[in-house]
Amino acid sequence: MAEAIGNAQPHGVAKEMRVQEALREALRYEMARDPRVFVMGEDVALFGGAYGVTRGLMQDFGENRVRDTPISEAALVGLGIGAAINGMRPVVEIQFSDLLPLAMDQLASHAARYHYMTGGRISVPLVVRNKFATRSGGGPSHSSCNHGAFIHFPGLKIIMPTTPADAKGLLLSAIRDPNPVLCFESHHLYGQRGPVPEGDYTVPIGLAAIRRTGKDLTIVTCGGMVLKADAAAETLKQKGIDIEIVDLRSLAPLDKRAILESVAKTKRAIVLDEGPMVGGLSAEIAAMIQENLFSDLRGPVLRIAAQPIPPPHSPPLVDAMIPDVDQIVDAVMRLAEGGKAH
Amino acid sequence: MDTAKKFAMLRQMILLRAFEKKLEELYQRKAMFGSTHSYRGQEAIAVGVCAALEPTDLIASYHRGTGHLIAKGAELYTLLCECMGRADGYSKGRGGKMHMGDMGFGFLGNTGTVGATVPTATGAALAAKIRGSKEIAVSFFGDGAVNQGVVHEAMNLAGVWKLPVVYVCENNQYAMTVSLEKSVAIKRLSDRAAAYGFDGKTIDGNDAEAVYAATCAAAEKARSGGGATFLECVTYRWDGHFGGDPGTGYRSKEEIEAWKLKCPIKRLSEKLIEAGELSAEEFQKVNETVYAEVDCVAQRAEAAPLPKKEVDLTGIFANAEVVNG
Repeated sequence: MAEAIGNAQPHGVAKEMRVQEALREALRYEMARDPRVFVMGEDVALFGGAYGVTRGLMQDFGENRVRDTPISEAALVGLGIGAAINGMRPVVEIQFSDLLPLAMDQLASHAARYHYMTGGRISVPLVVRNKFATRSGGGPSHSSCNHGAFIHFPGLKIIMPTTPADAKGLLLSAIRDPNPVLCFESHHLYGQRGPVPEGDYTVPIGLAAIRRTGKDLTIVTCGGMVLKADAAAETLKQKGIDIEIVDLRSLAPLDKRAILESVAKTKRAIVLDEGPMVGGLSAEIAAMIQENLFSDLRGPVLRIAAQPIPPPHSPPLVDAMIPDVDQIVDAVMRLAEGGKAH
Repeated sequence: MDTAKKFAMLRQMILLRAFEKKLEELYQRKAMFGSTHSYRGQEAIAVGVCAALEPTDLIASYHRGTGHLIAKGAELYTLLCECMGRADGYSKGRGGKMHMGDMGFGFLGNTGTVGATVPTATGAALAAKIRGSKEIAVSFFGDGAVNQGVVHEAMNLAGVWKLPVVYVCENNQYAMTVSLEKSVAIKRLSDRAAAYGFDGKTIDGNDAEAVYAATCAAAEKARSGGGATFLECVTYRWDGHFGGDPGTGYRSKEEIEAWKLKCPIKRLSEKLIEAGELSAEEFQKVNETVYAEVDCVAQRAEAAPLPKKEVDLTGIFANAEVVNG
């Protein structure tokens, strides 16, 4: 079951911080608690990571446990697998989602399959963090949303934290998980501020969050698109349409129950994703909803996702590629109209 | 090296060969699934390397891996069951002979993706380095693997971080059917080590004692903080790349026969007999015993049940902390 509203006011003593800082807090907390945890990646030590997530860790934990590496994404994941099998808890940083395909064999054919293919004799407690989001200035090799490609591979857990509290809680769960976990961190969200519980705070992998409750239509989404869904919901509220937002937080395992419970209530669903539509996350979720709730639905399950082009460089081109608030509002209006006609 | 150790190595090599012959027989009468990747002719490498290791040391292997596993201490029955897709196999029939792993005997895993476990062994060595523990990792791979990007990346990291790893390149001179001279522009693969800042040696991969000695030196160096070594072991596979490949379309019969004369078992046994450390009768006896042992294991494995026809979703994820041996 999904957690109650947005997990915006977590229990216990909380500190206001940004997503980057919350991720760093999870790393620092677990490195202090568990000597098996170490961090490696390009520019993670001296520089503190391309996005500052690992800033200060090398100073606190030393170069043995916070390692700058050459540019070798496939080997970073591969060494992470070997270190994990030999008793460590590696956290590997890959700077961009675009670079994950360099490590695809190690992730998809090895990390993901080890536990099953060894009859359960070996597990791979490895975390691979990466930044993603389609934004201007990045272009085709620096702003891909590749998360959908990884849901095809059984054996990988995939998390995508939205709030600072989830960033800490999910990353802490990921490091403690005995399986490989891919952590997708949205560039759109790094600067978001919010309360983060201090101490040992975990969020279970595989549970969605209801970010906004509503009765008329469910938007199932994740990552930076949660912000756009929320902005659209505000506009729609003025028009008398009450939106519920399901933030997946984990793409694998997928919280099917939370999605289906919400759509069973609202009877209308839109799946909103920043990644490509064809064969992607939105396709999977839309199909799953219709297979389970077809007779309850008051209209088709709509998908709003990235246009089928490589991520471009210039701002207007990017704006045309990824879903925007107007597009979401229009889709909701169409679906709501259709629903009334029934 | 004392006589007992040499004798143990000889016996191991015979066991590896008997196992491959059994696999070939099972393959021919369609009693196993998938292909064989015969290790016949290359036995001195697995045996010489593993004889130089401590029980706590780790190995990573590849598709032609049965020899490495047996030499490191795999149970014959469990291994053969996996080759034959039986539920009692190392991977419960899920992986087959190319996909296993068991830290119970220091086996990090093998795979059919050429070169893919070179970073696995390197990462295991990194774990030892970070922890300050004394185990070393051995990465077995063939000459075909040296042109994979991830192998280069991993070896570079081993050089930069001075990791306790030994890279054992089994140069049998053909990547499936493509000869080494069509694949690389250098004569000695061990020359590549210079690019990573560690030692590279080319040795006779059919000489078990030479392999043992070179591994002892590399292991000692790794254990004492001296970093990695690249051991190119020149050898030859007697059979085709896989069951069903006669191995002759791309290699001459003369070449194959010439290499068979350099048989690693023949070499060590003749040396021991000449030195008076082994009698011809004893050699005959150990052969009979080992082949009988493998026959016996094969009978049990053939009688073992296949897995049930079911999709085991619980096998996808580990749901508790797995110690990994």
